[in-house]
Amino acid sequence: MGRAPASLATLSDDFFRDRSGDDCLSNDGLFCADWAIRNLERYVDPTLEHALLVLVAVVAGFGIAFGLALLAHRKKWLAPPFLAATGILYTIPSISFFFLLLPLTGRGALTAIIALTAFSLQIIFRNVSTGLANVPLDVREAARGMGMTERQAMWRVEVPLALPEIIAGLRVATVSTVALATLAVFANGGGLGSEIVVGSNITFKTGIIMAGSIAILMALLFDGLLILTGRLLSPWERAAL
Amino acid sequence: MPTGTPLALTRVSGTTAERGEDPGSGAASLAYLKASKRYPGAESDAVHELDLDVPAGEICVLVGPSGCGKTTAMRMANRTVEITSGDIEIGGRSVLDRNPSELRREIGYVIQQIGLFPHRTVDQNIATVPRLLDWEEDRIAARTTELLELIGLDPAYGDRYPAQLSGGQQQRIGVARALAVDPPLMLMDEPFGAIDPINRTRLQDEFLRLQERIGKTVLFVTHDVDEAIKMGDRIAVLREGGELAQYATPAELLARPADDFVRDFVGTDRALKRLALIPVSEVELAEPVTVRAGESPAEVMPRIATGSAPHPLLIDDAGRPLGWLDSGQLETGPVPSSAPTPPEPVIETSSTLRDALSALLQAGVSQAPVVDGSGRLAGVISVSAISGFLSAGEDIDLEIPAAARPRG
Repeated sequence: MGRAPASLATLSDDFFRDRSGDDCLSNDGLFCADWAIRNLERYVDPTLEHALLVLVAVVAGFGIAFGLALLAHRKKWLAPPFLAATGILYTIPSISFFFLLLPLTGRGALTAIIALTAFSLQIIFRNVSTGLANVPLDVREAARGMGMTERQAMWRVEVPLALPEIIAGLRVATVSTVALATLAVFANGGGLGSEIVVGSNITFKTGIIMAGSIAILMALLFDGLLILTGRLLSPWERAAL
Repeated sequence: MPTGTPLALTRVSGTTAERGEDPGSGAASLAYLKASKRYPGAESDAVHELDLDVPAGEICVLVGPSGCGKTTAMRMANRTVEITSGDIEIGGRSVLDRNPSELRREIGYVIQQIGLFPHRTVDQNIATVPRLLDWEEDRIAARTTELLELIGLDPAYGDRYPAQLSGGQQQRIGVARALAVDPPLMLMDEPFGAIDPINRTRLQDEFLRLQERIGKTVLFVTHDVDEAIKMGDRIAVLREGGELAQYATPAELLARPADDFVRDFVGTDRALKRLALIPVSEVELAEPVTVRAGESPAEVMPRIATGSAPHPLLIDDAGRPLGWLDSGQLETGPVPSSAPTPPEPVIETSSTLRDALSALLQAGVSQAPVVDGSGRLAGVISVSAISGFLSAGEDIDLEIPAAARPRG
């Protein structure tokens, strides 16, 4: 087992102090509830950092991917290059991405956010594009035939009708970003990853389970919020039944 | 960019005002002037030098086999397909001088697949063009309610989504949406093509009744010659390559097809189709000898002697036919109160000659009494009178607007 990275040393010290004199911990069971409850507070900041990383990355990713998808919808020849570019960004392993970015953006949340944003582009781009492409031809024709300009048809008809697919894309992107953001710690970006890494260094399972569970709950929460938003924004979807 | 005044409107003379109903904002004449469309890279025109003159307030049907360019021809009018040569004028003004989006907002547009916006309620769908034209919300709400009533749909439907409506209701909403800003011209591309036959007939009838009130200029595309005959004041038959084969009233088209193509296209039963266009009231009816119960032989016999019909018809005090009598039976006593032969079939003046002929053939009789709307005897129609009428070609000049023709 290798040595903990220098930057984690201080965290580890805190950790040992918290742990001292605890039976449950010295037994090193799978999950130590007492400890978890007493140390809940130490998870507040990492959780907020984590949520912020995810939100900023997904919002930025949505902004960029949505813009690209609208552009590619108007100018079809742009779709393949956009798909290829976002595809490459999607495929680069996040950790490699952090290290590639280090010389440019240094260590910190910005580096993590750039990598997470880049990762989300492909998923969102694909979904927005599919949503726009799936707008029925007759609806498009009616919009045009009634005198909507291209812009009006886009914003009043095509984008609203693509909403269910756009939301679906956002859900996948958000949930995977919640998971991926745990790696932000390697770029010194904070988040729940810091708690997991501390734990894994000393094989303290309770810490890993706590941080992991919070990440899962966060993913579920964001997913639920998106489902709710989708429902509120597309009441016709339920009316169809 | 050319913008500016709306299409010049030509008020339809009298038609709606005469009936004492709200006149629409009017109707515009429509003229195709050697209008052609050739797609890039195509060897020949999709629509070739089309010349059409549609007077304001009339329904012109473009009909022809698939691939004849009828939909393309229609879409040239609102510039969803751009003409490559020639011109199209609406209300005397070239469509090429107009901004396409603005032009389209002034032309009602109904398509076969309806194309309602699934994410918008019925009200919002109908309000599409008014919103594009920035109408005030009050005015939009009032107009939406008015249109729902016009198409015979409870305004409570306004809050529903299209998916919650039947196909027929959706099609009606499609028509209402096209009528929202009272456009002087309507384009209808196979509007009833996706509807089952029973509902199609109903929607056709409804639209004709509506047209009777609103008097729009309508360009109507169909591949179904029967629908063309039913809906059209004029019919333009197109052949492959987008060439006009014949442009005529339904009666003329059926009586005098311009060539073999049109003759084949309208079908071998065109005589029967002609009959379907003409109400019984247009034919000169024979006058039967009528008698009433209780009349004496002295009163009746001279009428029978001078009358042309062999059998006297017994009528009641209100003039309703009760049945056929034998003249021999009347020589000896007063006219009885019932007749041995019932009057059936009794035909109404508003039915078509086709229905009349069918009723005669069905009953195996050569003549039948005809009654008006209140059941009073109007005359007698016979198989020979119908065939005589057709062979004399008297119906060819008979121009009954589609909206005013008898409907099944």
